Amino acid sequence: MGKTISEKILARASGLEEASAGEIVKARVDVAMMPDLTTILAVKAMKAMGREKVWDNTKIVPILDHVAPASTLMAATIHRDIRAFVKEQEITNFYDVESGVCHQVLPEKGHVKPGYLVIGADSHTCTHGAFGAFATGVGSTDMGAILATGKIWLRVPETIKVQVDGALPELVAPKDVILKTAGLIGADGATYNALEFHGDTISDMSVSGRMTLCNMAIELGGKAGIVEPDEKTYAYLMERTDGVFDPVFADEDASYRMVQAVPVDDLEPQIACPHKVDNVKPISEVAGTAINQSFIGSCTNGRLEDLQVAASILKGKKINPDTRLLVVPASHEVYLDALEAGIIKTLVEAGAMFSNPSCGACFGGHIGLLAPGEVGLTTSNRNFQGRQGSPEAFVYLSSPAVAAASAVTGVITDPRDLR
Amino acid sequence: MFGDDVNTDLIIPGKYLELIDPEEMAEHAMEGIDPDFPKKIQEGDIVVGGTNFGCGSSREHAPLALKYAGIGAVIAESFARIYYRNSINIGLPALECPGITEAVEEGDTVEVDVAGGTVKITRTGAELSFTPLPDFMVEVLYDGGLVPYLKKNMETW
Repeated sequence: MGKTISEKILARASGLEEASAGEIVKARVDVAMMPDLTTILAVKAMKAMGREKVWDNTKIVPILDHVAPASTLMAATIHRDIRAFVKEQEITNFYDVESGVCHQVLPEKGHVKPGYLVIGADSHTCTHGAFGAFATGVGSTDMGAILATGKIWLRVPETIKVQVDGALPELVAPKDVILKTAGLIGADGATYNALEFHGDTISDMSVSGRMTLCNMAIELGGKAGIVEPDEKTYAYLMERTDGVFDPVFADEDASYRMVQAVPVDDLEPQIACPHKVDNVKPISEVAGTAINQSFIGSCTNGRLEDLQVAASILKGKKINPDTRLLVVPASHEVYLDALEAGIIKTLVEAGAMFSNPSCGACFGGHIGLLAPGEVGLTTSNRNFQGRQGSPEAFVYLSSPAVAAASAVTGVITDPRDLR
Repeated sequence: MFGDDVNTDLIIPGKYLELIDPEEMAEHAMEGIDPDFPKKIQEGDIVVGGTNFGCGSSREHAPLALKYAGIGAVIAESFARIYYRNSINIGLPALECPGITEAVEEGDTVEVDVAGGTVKITRTGAELSFTPLPDFMVEVLYDGGLVPYLKKNMETW
């Protein structure tokens, strides 16, 4: 019987000939990533386990991103303590508050490679599957055990094969593909499972788009979202890593729990409506819903091509006076690239507020909160009740093109209608 | 008793992620659904949830807030995976027991056998069974979580 990508990577990481879905393995981690808000608890757990030194100071990547820069004394104190920990442990890869969202920074800085086991103390760690890695999010105690030992216990997941074929229509984006998939599979339809994305749409998709797909695997309950590496993957990673790759591919006869076909030839822009990510409707059914705020950014959709498409729609236009548009690039690199490309000027001229890279606006942190009764449209990944401020607010998820077009009209708008 | 898809933003909203002391987290347990929740809890009370309990973020604050509020176990139709791991890792039993929401009412007393995989409802005498946790996880729970477990088993890990 053939093996899935997850079975192969977890077997290799556990030093086993092979591993099958359902087995519990103890696997060696290639990269351990920790954002600011979960790090201190992980360090406490490591010390409580009786270890004073981390297992490998070159494989742990702390990133200060959730509350960046610190907006409260508590956050400032957490940041101070993490910086001290980095010095004390002589950690070689540390990214301070200016760097950006962990899931953007980690691959940009060359910490992710095909075949790796990447564990992060953040639920959207599944993003890194876009590079052919097995990447999953855990809590602080798991991370504490990794800091202490370099190992983690994992149940080898069953895999759902998501078969995406067809050419995406103009202004229909990878985000629409994953929202459509969420609607089909459901918010807990992939619980404990890995998702493998296959098909010609995926081969044609940019690395950035693949990150958007894998990023939202967790929103379907998934443990990992994975795309097989190809020339695009290597082109992205070549200049950022040592260029030596040991990729893993699924066997032809791998055993899948199910195959979900997602045809995209006639796909419309998709909207996830309050308060569940699988409450997905084609935009034609929700167009006209008034919004108070539009947010473009996050580890889901804060990359250069996301800002680019927003700028192409907003060029020469003004946002609706009753609507706020908040744009947050996912990283320092994206920020600089957008600056050089003139994207930021276009967006700000249209009336957007531009903020430094951070997670704040996505998780109801320090920027862009919604008041009771307000409606937000966001390119991020969660529309849970209370996610972006008041539990009495309403959050809709969309692609960057829809978020930009809707900021212009003040109501949820199909970007193709603006042209 | 709670419904389906109780997410981590409801169990403890994002604004409390800067908290480090679990006792302080406990003051905000379930704040997104019922701000008075911590006041109603007696030590050892059991939370019953529907499907996909704990979906969302990786914040360990969620099971920690429940545990330090006095909750002895969470029994749900199903759990989201990171919450599930976190709960076992901090020593709060998370038991996946299909049929539980139909079988119990608010205020019922239940008897739980974690290793044996049964929930007995005192009021009705009904007994539900669930797939027992793998031995490894039962050991982690009995030790009080992954920290004490690893402290004991560091050399063989």
